[in-house]
Amino acid sequence: MRLGDSVPDLTLPDTDGRDHALRGDGITTVVFTCNHCPYALAWHDRILAVASDYADRGVRVLAVNPNDAGRYPADSFEAMKERVAADGGWPLPYLRDESQEAARAFGAKTTPDAFVFDADGALRYRGAPDADHRDPSQDAVWLRDALDTLLVGGDPEPAETEPVGCSIKWKPGA
Amino acid sequence: MRVELLWWEGCPSHPEALEQLKQVLGEEGLDPEAVEVVEVLSDEQAERERFFGSPTIRIDGEDILPPGEGDPVGLSCRVYRLRDGRPSPVPDVEDVRDAVRRRAYAAG
Repeated sequence: MRLGDSVPDLTLPDTDGRDHALRGDGITTVVFTCNHCPYALAWHDRILAVASDYADRGVRVLAVNPNDAGRYPADSFEAMKERVAADGGWPLPYLRDESQEAARAFGAKTTPDAFVFDADGALRYRGAPDADHRDPSQDAVWLRDALDTLLVGGDPEPAETEPVGCSIKWKPGA
Repeated sequence: MRVELLWWEGCPSHPEALEQLKQVLGEEGLDPEAVEVVEVLSDEQAERERFFGSPTIRIDGEDILPPGEGDPVGLSCRVYRLRDGRPSPVPDVEDVRDAVRRRAYAAG
């Protein structure tokens, strides 16, 4: 997926059994993530904070787990549900991409890998949440800057960064 | 003292882990270049090596931070915990240092 491309017209189920269209109103952020990757875990709280902080500003944040649960049972739909329940709920839906169609359509590489679409559904930022998974004070600044810029009608800069994390766990033959 | 670092290409943490390990070995007066770096390429090799994820560091055949009971062997990224509790793709440097010292002193 390249900058300017449209958000794929796909619908995925969340851990509460609700379906979510990836294409929706307002600014949408899709973050590919998972349960078992240390990079995804290191950035997790920062992603949740973004979802909370921007919820009342017309920004949707969706977490999507596309990993092959056959080889990585920690990423099964059941394990996703258990994780969210153990946390007492998340401020964003945690979606299951069982077919991996969304990950393929986005060209997602890693967990995490973040994609920000403007209100017209065009991709405006893609990459890592910030420069350093080890440093919580980074606070997903690249993601926040992209959202802040879009909210005032500007062009995110940088618009692309290199996603950093564990490789997407594709199903055999995918 | 035999020091091994096992890694898998699906996880980008091994350069950082290797650098950290070499730094600790050097600081403890040991040879940083003595680290044996082993790439794990297949499920079969992971099973054979008892590879619990990338990176795995062993000293004299013992994992410096033994995995929990039930942790799966396989090609994955390993989750470590820093001493402040945060998840991390590499061990806390002080855990590496403690492991090196334990084995170095045990070896006399």
